[in-house]
Amino acid sequence: MSIPEAIVHEHDVIVIGAGGAGLRAAIEASATGAKVAVICKSLLGKAHTVMAEGGMAAAMGHVDDRDNWEVHFADTMRGGGYLNNWVMAEHHAKEAPDRVRELEAWGAVFDRTKDGRILQRHFGGHRYQRLAHVGDRTGLEMIRTLQDHGIHQGLDVYMEMTVIALLRSGGRIAGVLGYDRERGRLRVWRAGAVILATGGIGKAYRITSNSWEYTGDGQSLAYEAGAEIMDMEFIQFHPTGMVWPPSVRGLLVTEGVRGEGGALRNSEGRRFMWDDIPEAYKNQVAADEEEAWRYVCGDKNAQRPPELLTRDHVARCINREVKAGRGSPHGGVFLDIAWIKSRVPNGEEYIKKKLPSMYHQFMQLAGVDITREAMEVGPTTHYCMGGVRVDGDTQMSSVPGLFAAGEVAAGLHGANRLGGNSLSDLVVFGRRAGESAARWAKEHGAAPVDNAQVESETARALAPFDRLNGENPYAIQSDLQNVMQRLVGMVRVQSELEEALGHIASLRARAANCGVVGHREYNPGWHTAIDLRNLLLVSEMITKSALLRPESRGGHFREDFPLRSEECTGFNLVASRADDGSMNIQRRQRPPIRADLQAIIERMK
Amino acid sequence: MASHAQPVTDSTTTRPVQFKIWRGDASGGAFEQYTARVTGGMVVLDCIHQVQAEQVPDLACRWNCKAGKCGSCSAEINGKPALMCMTRMDTLPTDQPVTVEPLRAFPSIRDLVTDVSWNYEVKKKITPFTPRKPDRPDGTWTMYQEDIERTQEFRKCIECFLCQDVCHVLRDHHKHDEFIGPRFLVNIAALEMHPLDVADRIADLKDRDGIGYCNIGKCCTKVCPESITITDNAIIPLKERVVDEFYDPITRLLRIFRSK
Repeated sequence: MSIPEAIVHEHDVIVIGAGGAGLRAAIEASATGAKVAVICKSLLGKAHTVMAEGGMAAAMGHVDDRDNWEVHFADTMRGGGYLNNWVMAEHHAKEAPDRVRELEAWGAVFDRTKDGRILQRHFGGHRYQRLAHVGDRTGLEMIRTLQDHGIHQGLDVYMEMTVIALLRSGGRIAGVLGYDRERGRLRVWRAGAVILATGGIGKAYRITSNSWEYTGDGQSLAYEAGAEIMDMEFIQFHPTGMVWPPSVRGLLVTEGVRGEGGALRNSEGRRFMWDDIPEAYKNQVAADEEEAWRYVCGDKNAQRPPELLTRDHVARCINREVKAGRGSPHGGVFLDIAWIKSRVPNGEEYIKKKLPSMYHQFMQLAGVDITREAMEVGPTTHYCMGGVRVDGDTQMSSVPGLFAAGEVAAGLHGANRLGGNSLSDLVVFGRRAGESAARWAKEHGAAPVDNAQVESETARALAPFDRLNGENPYAIQSDLQNVMQRLVGMVRVQSELEEALGHIASLRARAANCGVVGHREYNPGWHTAIDLRNLLLVSEMITKSALLRPESRGGHFREDFPLRSEECTGFNLVASRADDGSMNIQRRQRPPIRADLQAIIERMK
Repeated sequence: MASHAQPVTDSTTTRPVQFKIWRGDASGGAFEQYTARVTGGMVVLDCIHQVQAEQVPDLACRWNCKAGKCGSCSAEINGKPALMCMTRMDTLPTDQPVTVEPLRAFPSIRDLVTDVSWNYEVKKKITPFTPRKPDRPDGTWTMYQEDIERTQEFRKCIECFLCQDVCHVLRDHHKHDEFIGPRFLVNIAALEMHPLDVADRIADLKDRDGIGYCNIGKCCTKVCPESITITDNAIIPLKERVVDEFYDPITRLLRIFRSK
């Protein structure tokens, strides 16, 4: 039996996703001589990585020579509530500096220190100035550098594709099934190995900093292919998203604003972050505004402003102020960078130089001049710490031949990601995944594609066209976002999580009857119908996992269990599909941490 | 402490605004009329999304970040090339319908989506970044902030291709085979003015890339959403380098001697 109407491509390694992780993986796999293709959902160079602003964490010690990989490792573990995969945290801290230097060798132009080296800036949870950056557009610099380097490596790039399913053969991966959006033609990419680099799940929520692509595709594709998905209860709500006007609610306001001295204030003008300092950071916070400012200016003897505590904590403090009635007119709090004009000569120009796209964004979209006025900000869904469970050395999932890197993979960040650790994650583990996948493909070769699977998955993807009076998928997606925002957001409680599961089940029933009008050529209604299945799956994973973690830690806060539980330090939650098709969530005991790494953590406490 | 922001427009009242959106494909198309409900602060892309979600789910448009950072949602709004996500409704007259149509310098795929693949082909031909040998034994270089400001300006480009769309050489004269357009002149300028780069792209600029076609009308600079001074800072200095290399009498003389 031939594959029905599908165009067939043959490669050694397929990378799904063309953000920082996908491109870095493709470059590495290709460098080993493998035949590599990148499949992306948008045009090349448009992936969500372009939105990363603040920088890329790497212990290069250019600004503060006390920094080294051990400090970075300890910061990452502390920030992650010690649920991180410590193998990954070690690789990440050790390899990030080389990945920064490599980007420079490929043409990236980072901001400089006075002595001509790569400048590093402060960020939340990082003990020393650690983020290599380009103003507040570091992600654009990374993606353009990788893109321009990659196109000369002989990669095949398939743009504007939708992936429907991962193809399996026996227990292993055999390829990818999808369609091109331009014509709606089905395509099969046969491959020895597949790397998922599809990013996150932000579009499951109403208020998010994420772009339309972030619909949990990789997590869902992997889950359906039999892979284990870990830590999905940990969702990062970035403390500072725009809150006004409504059409930009959720849009990111970089942590770089606080790194440059931005102060969070409530409606009474109080810097409320000083009101609640977590135990683990009490030795790392400035005593007063004077010391905080000295820290921003690089005084090595000063401690950080409380605005630069970890994102989970800052977001909860903002939430508290708003709930207590001390918020801003549009339901946020005030983020004030204009005040530094009293400390910096020519402050207006300084702010524009350091935070050009923030200046631009607020001026153009909100009519606010950040060099004169405070911004209104509030928490926004930003990042998924959970994802495909991978081996810390090779990035291979529990399905042989299936790899994952970047946001779609779990492990590095534990319960909460530090700002700046994402861009470094992309290139450190993109490179590792690319290398391992190419090796795996070489050792195992291609596997036959199961035509029956292609046929059944194709039928499933095309079914909405047959339901002429089916429900509009946009309406279902919108209702799902409201459910997740209201019931599975920053503050969670058992009764609401259970209520959410009921809603998700009925939304799934509605989605099974959604319809698509028009034809297959560039039809956004169809794409939304496909995205919807993924969003429903990840929403169920998040909600069920949140129910099964009776404590508060990092990006998971339970009002009914507001404290961290020592017992819960011992496990990660792992979702997988049971034989009957239902979702199974299990506690997975964590392997004991290597003694030398534990010693580093103890030393840095 | 700074004063607190007040809303510049009312975000509570809603008013209907008429839109004429181009619908069609490579074989042709026409403007069709839709109504969107507009509140304060909304941008054109919000209106397109609203029409798509509630009236015509198959209305095709590109978008990603909705923050002016990815350059996906380029279109022509009331005839002017712009990013839909950065064009606020309260900057447009609404006593007549707002027209939204695809970039006209590229072939249509469907509705607001055009085939911009030519740009990706052009980029592949540009000689890639070629650094000098590292300055230090650890493989790193020394560069000072003042030396990178110019190339950093060009590297702000988000590849929205609005400059390509508005350039008359491409839009009206269809010289896609002979001229690479402002985006890639900026790309080459970023490489040529990169302190570490040692490759020479000047001959290509003159012969293959068609820099001579640009008659510095500055339309590209006007539409750039990143405010890159395309003509003055990128194109004119490149033109000068071409002149110095190929038309300067002394250089030409030297070239004759060297070639012997």
